Amino acid sequence: MIVDSRLDARFRAAALREGIVDVRYDVIDSPVGELGVAATDRGLCRISYTVEGLDDEVARVFGVRVLRAPLDDVRRELDEYFEGGRRAFDLPLDLRVGPFHEHVLTALARVPYGLTTTYGALARESGHPGAARAVGTVMNRNPIPIVLPCHRVVGANGALTGYAGGLDRKQALLRLEGATPPR
Amino acid sequence: MAVSHRASNRGIPPFERFYRTYRDDVLAYLRRLLGQRAEDAWQETFLRALRAYDRLEHGRHLRAWVFTIATRVAMDELRVKPKPPAESEPVVELRRDAFREIEHLTDGLPPTERAAVVLRYGYDLPYGDIAAALGSSEDAARAAASSGVRRLRRAR
Repeated sequence: MIVDSRLDARFRAAALREGIVDVRYDVIDSPVGELGVAATDRGLCRISYTVEGLDDEVARVFGVRVLRAPLDDVRRELDEYFEGGRRAFDLPLDLRVGPFHEHVLTALARVPYGLTTTYGALARESGHPGAARAVGTVMNRNPIPIVLPCHRVVGANGALTGYAGGLDRKQALLRLEGATPPR
Repeated sequence: MAVSHRASNRGIPPFERFYRTYRDDVLAYLRRLLGQRAEDAWQETFLRALRAYDRLEHGRHLRAWVFTIATRVAMDELRVKPKPPAESEPVVELRRDAFREIEHLTDGLPPTERAAVVLRYGYDLPYGDIAAALGSSEDAARAAASSGVRRLRRAR
């Protein structure tokens, strides 16, 4: 590379200072694997278990001025969570979803650390009783897993059911939180 | 469900990918035009690109676009104004391998000729794009490159 890291960092800092970036993203190591994280000026907008393609996706939704840059607050809160010291996140979020998704994700954000709920209960909590299946879809498309704790949502029979990041990760997050292991 | 997706990116890659693709070429180009002063011009080039990036209509010709910006930044730095071509001399062209042999002599050219020669033979840009970069007509761009080549041959 002709452009050295000093020059590269100086450009990224200048771009952020000027406020001409739509979305920043970064890759963070975690006990459940690499996480792609992205944020706008309004707040955290993506956590992805698949880093590849994240830049395209955020460009489509939030704007093409996408730049990789450290997201220190996000990294710190996630580190604290994975070390077991943080039970709730203080990060502002940028959701930009439709009203149904917003109702469900807002209710989801209230599910406490270390506990689980069911799709049906979450449907009732979000003001859409009977929409358990649609709630499952919202969980599957959760743009900010871990921070919006869709891993705490299990089937009515206590089965793990599903997780966009894979059931191993769902189990690992619940174990980390000391939740009653689902059957 | 009304998710606020934008229709498409019209083939425009995320800026990060555009930046990674061109950052080295642009710095090498600006070093050729500006020497030690290239780094500030390089940063200014990509800041200008980023400021305008969300107003691009499509993702074609991004390479010519970023070289255009870089050239304008360099010409501003050198305080060069586009000027009409001098007397009409026959246009001289070079082969690319011939350029490699005299590339190191471009430092001695006047800025506009240097930019025209390097863009044409170093980066293979068509004269239409070079004209846009220099803020001149296509004929003027061709004449600037030609005059530069003639000067290089004399200097060899």
